Amino acid sequence: MNPMQIKIEEAKAKGKVGLIPFLPAGFPDREQFWTELAELDAAGASVIEIGMPFSDPVADGPVVEKASLKCLADGINLAWILTELKKRKGQFKAALLLMGYLNPVYQYGLDKFGKDCAEAGVSGLIIADMPLEESQFVKDAIAPHNVALVPLIGLNTTKERMKLYADGAQGFCYFVSVLGTTGQRESLPARIKEKLAEAKEVFDIPVALGFGIKHPDQLAEFEGLMDAAVFGSALISHIQSGNSSASFMEPWK
Amino acid sequence: MKKGYFGDFGGQFIPELLMPPLIELEEAMATILPTEEFQTRFTNMLKENVGRPSAITYCPNLSKDLGLDLWLKREDLNHSGAHKINNTLGQGLLAKMMGKDVLLAETGAGMHGVATTVAAAMLDMKAVIYMGATDVVRQAPNVNRMRLMGAEIVPVESGTKTLKDAINEALRRWLSDQETTHYCFGTAAGPHPFPTLVREFQQIISKEARQQFMDRNAGRLPDVVVACVGGGSNAIGMFHNFVPDESVELVGVEAAGTGEPGCYSSAPLDHGTDGVLHGMLTKLLQTVDGQIEPSHSVAPGLDYPGVGPEHAHLHATGRGHYVTINDEQAINAFKVLSRREGIIPALESSHAVAYAIENKDRLQGKSVLVCLSGRGDKDLGILDQIL
Ligand SMILES: Cc1ncc(COP(=O)(O)O)c(C=O)c1O
Repeated sequence: MNPMQIKIEEAKAKGKVGLIPFLPAGFPDREQFWTELAELDAAGASVIEIGMPFSDPVADGPVVEKASLKCLADGINLAWILTELKKRKGQFKAALLLMGYLNPVYQYGLDKFGKDCAEAGVSGLIIADMPLEESQFVKDAIAPHNVALVPLIGLNTTKERMKLYADGAQGFCYFVSVLGTTGQRESLPARIKEKLAEAKEVFDIPVALGFGIKHPDQLAEFEGLMDAAVFGSALISHIQSGNSSASFMEPWK
Repeated sequence: MKKGYFGDFGGQFIPELLMPPLIELEEAMATILPTEEFQTRFTNMLKENVGRPSAITYCPNLSKDLGLDLWLKREDLNHSGAHKINNTLGQGLLAKMMGKDVLLAETGAGMHGVATTVAAAMLDMKAVIYMGATDVVRQAPNVNRMRLMGAEIVPVESGTKTLKDAINEALRRWLSDQETTHYCFGTAAGPHPFPTLVREFQQIISKEARQQFMDRNAGRLPDVVVACVGGGSNAIGMFHNFVPDESVELVGVEAAGTGEPGCYSSAPLDHGTDGVLHGMLTKLLQTVDGQIEPSHSVAPGLDYPGVGPEHAHLHATGRGHYVTINDEQAINAFKVLSRREGIIPALESSHAVAYAIENKDRLQGKSVLVCLSGRGDKDLGILDQIL
C-alpha cells in the first residue's frame, strides 16, 4: 500500500481526518522551509504536499502563485528540492507528495524524476495540468519507483471519468471543492456532498477534499464523505503574517 | 496518431476541471459545425460583416524594387482589421449555438480582443477580454475600441504582463465560469481541440488566396507563401491549402525581438525546446529547469514564448521553414510598404513583409505571396515613439 494511503488510514483509525498541508518548496525561505516542514510533521500531518514552483501556475490562485514565484526568484528548482529531501530522508513521519506542473518535471526527465523521488522518500505526485488522457507516460515512468500519481477530480467530473481515474489509482484521490483556482473561500458549494458521495463510491482509496479550506469547522458537514483535508493558501497566509505552522495546526489536532 | 496531436506535438495538458468544457467543445465541433444552419450563417457573416473574400493585391512598386513578384493576401481589409475576425465569428456562432452567453478571450495586440468583442456584439453576447497590462498601454487604440463596443477589459498584472499571462488568467476565469462561458481562444494553439478549431476557421485565407493567385497567374501557384507566426493562426490559415502543393515553399516568420545577442525573442521554433505550456506540448522558450522565459517583440501579437503545435510539426518534418525577423527589420518593412504601396501593415504582418525585403537576393524572379494579417492603425502610437 502506498505510504500516503497508510498515513491517512492511520488517522482514520484514530477517528480523525487525515491532514494534508501544502507549502511551496523554499517557502518562506530556503532555511525556514525545513523548520515549517518539521512543525507540520510534528503536528500530525498525514501527507505533506510540497509545491514545485512553476512560472505559469494556471490552477493556482493569487496566494499560492505569489508564494511560488518568490521561491522561483530565490532559485528553487527540482534539483534543489530532491537533493535536500534526500539529505533528510527518514526524518518525516508524514508521507511526502510533490505537487506542480508538467513542464519542469518533463525537463528534469521523467525516469530520473521517478528514481530521485524514490531516493528522496517521496511517494506521490500531483501534476495540475495533466488530465487522464495524457497521464499514461508519467505513470509508466514513476510506477517502477513506487511513486503514485494522485488523481485530481472535481464537481464537473462525471462518474464515468471518476471510474477511469480510479482504475489502478494509489495513495488517495484529491477532490477539488470548487470550480476555480486554489485559495480560501468563505463557503463551499452545496453540490460538493453529492459528488463526494459519488467519489467515495468509485474510489477504494481515501478521498481528500481540497481548495478553499481554512478551518476544521468547515469540514463538519462532510463527515463520512471524505477521509482527508488539504489546505494551502490559508497556511501560507498564516505564515506570511508571522505565525508558525505549529500554531496553524493547533485547531486541527 | 494520438487524438489532438500533430506528430509529436499537441495534446490536452490542462487541469482536469477544464476537460469537461473541452470535451463539450469537441462534441459541438462534431455536431454543430457540419450543420447547414451553422455553415449558412457563418458564410453569410463572413460575406456581409467581414467583407470576404478579401482581395489579393499585386505590389507593382515593391516588386520592381525587389526584383520579385510580391503579392499580398489582404486580411487587413477585413472588418475590425485583421484575420482574427474569421476565427471569432466562427467560435462565437458555435458558442451561441451551444447555448453559451459570454465570450471570454485573451489578447496581445488587441486585434483578437476587438474581433471577439465584435462577434459578441453581433451575436448579442457579452465579451470579457484579458489583456496584459503592458499591452493595455501599448495598444491603447484597440482598448478604446473594445470599450466602445461594450467589452469588459481585465488588465493582467502578473508575470510578464503580456499575452502569456493574459492566457493564464483567462484559463483561470474559464475554470470558474465554464457553464455560461466559451473561451474564444485567439490562435491555433492551446489544448486540443483549439488548434484544429482555429485552423478550421482560418483556412479560408489559403482557400481564397490559392484560387485568387491561380486566377491571376494563368493557373500557376506561387513559389513562396509567407506569414508571421505568433501563436500561428494566420500562418496556419495561410498555409493549410498549400500544404499538399509540394512546389510551394511555406515560410513562417517568427519575431527575433531586438535581435541582439542575449535579448528575448518570440521565436520558439528557431530558439526553443520541447515543453508543455497552455495545454500543449510544443516548442517553447524556456530555461533548462522548464520555467517559461519572457518573450519580446515590438509586435505585441507575436510576443509569445510558445507556438501552435501544428507549426511545431511542420517545422519538425521540414514542410514549413521558420525564420526570424527582428524589430528593426519589421519597422523598416512597415515604413517601406506604407511608402511604396500606400498600405500600412500591422507590426506583426510587417515581419512577414520584411522576409521578402531581407531575402530579395535569394527570391529574385520568384512569386512571393505574403499574408498581410492585419492593418497598422493600432501601431501608430508605438511608431510615434520610434520614428
Ligand atoms: C495583425 C496580427 N497578425 C498576426 C498576429 C499573430 O497571431 P497569429 O500568429 O495567431 O496569427 C496578431 C495577433 O494579435 C495580429 O494582430
